[in-house]
Amino acid sequence: MTLFTLDQAAREARLLPELVELTEHHRANSPEYARLLASLGHHPGRRYERVADLPWLPVRLFKHHLLKSIPDDEVFKVLTSSGTTGDVSRIYLDKDAAAVQQKMLSATLRTVIGAQRLPMLLVDTRALFKNRKSFSARGAGVLGLMNFGRDHTFVLDEHDQPDLDAVRDFLDRHGDQPFLIFGFTFMTWLYLYELARDNKLDLSNGILIHSGGWKKLVDRAVDNAEFRRRFTEDTGLTRIHNFYGMVEQIGLTFLEGPDGGGLYCPDFSDVIVRDPDTWEEVPVGTPGVVQVISTLPRSYPGHLLLTEDRGVVHGIDDGVWPGKRFSILGRLPRAEARGCSDTFTEAAA
Amino acid sequence: MSLTDRLRGVFVDALELPEGTDVENLTYRGIEQWDSLGHMTLVAAIEDEFDVQLETDQVIDMSSFKVALEMLRGLGVDG
Repeated sequence: MTLFTLDQAAREARLLPELVELTEHHRANSPEYARLLASLGHHPGRRYERVADLPWLPVRLFKHHLLKSIPDDEVFKVLTSSGTTGDVSRIYLDKDAAAVQQKMLSATLRTVIGAQRLPMLLVDTRALFKNRKSFSARGAGVLGLMNFGRDHTFVLDEHDQPDLDAVRDFLDRHGDQPFLIFGFTFMTWLYLYELARDNKLDLSNGILIHSGGWKKLVDRAVDNAEFRRRFTEDTGLTRIHNFYGMVEQIGLTFLEGPDGGGLYCPDFSDVIVRDPDTWEEVPVGTPGVVQVISTLPRSYPGHLLLTEDRGVVHGIDDGVWPGKRFSILGRLPRAEARGCSDTFTEAAA
Repeated sequence: MSLTDRLRGVFVDALELPEGTDVENLTYRGIEQWDSLGHMTLVAAIEDEFDVQLETDQVIDMSSFKVALEMLRGLGVDG
């Protein structure tokens, strides 16, 4: 079973009615969202021909507005994201939403790791969980992925130093069969790649899932292609999947195909890259601001979101999996990101 | 020992539950010990005790003591 099956026409046909229904659901259940829609001129009963025409919210609004579509007594979990300015997004999940997001993350990753929980190497430190009551966003990310593995082994010790003995022991136990590796991109490079290269560790049975962006690796001149090439050459690791996702669309994971040719959208999702001046969709190959689309959010109006990331669609229905094939190019400059939101707020005012 | 008793023992040990806890009616996140981190410990302890391997979706679905009990029965584990 895989969640990467719909070509672009089939995807659009499936998503449009579901997203229209979700928009009405949130309008009916979130007064704040209803107010935003009204001020944007999106009134009930309006007809939409394309997903791109549906009203989207800048992701930043989740930092300043109470956007939820469930009553207070049904809130099961509140997710928060750390912001650069100290502001945090608040995402409200009821029990159903919490279960659905886990299920869909699982179904998405099953495409590349299978249903079995594999032995798991975590390129991080157990010290993340020292304070049980309050994890960092990084801790929450690591914990969310731990469900996919067994015999969890941390690459870093309590003092954030690579623990060669622990990694060697892990590879002695599990290195001859498929195993899972998870880490944030820059940590995977700084701590696992160099450790494996310098100590001639064999990672050829590994499946690496990594996320978090390339910004911290820019000064080392490491981009996605270089990352993949050197891991393969120096450690034998070939099964490498970058992914992209955000707490505001929890459960949705855009996953890199096996050949490294870009990120792909699971069947319940899509991306649109927009021109930051006109907000029109840009042609394939033209960079712009990334809008993310998911049919999962029912407990909060996060089904159509404009991110603060720049990206580019490389092709449509032309890769190893159907649908759009894209890359994330980095964060929008801060002023520009704020600009997006301000434009929106002015329009909504 | 019955399956229920053995599983109760695993819950008490793995989650470090105080005496007198109503284990059989526990639900995930219903008490502070059974948070996502506790869940990892609990899954590993269940796998050790009953010599089973749970799949990712079973780990995600294990939302209460009763569900865990049914899951083990489904895997052919008995008393």
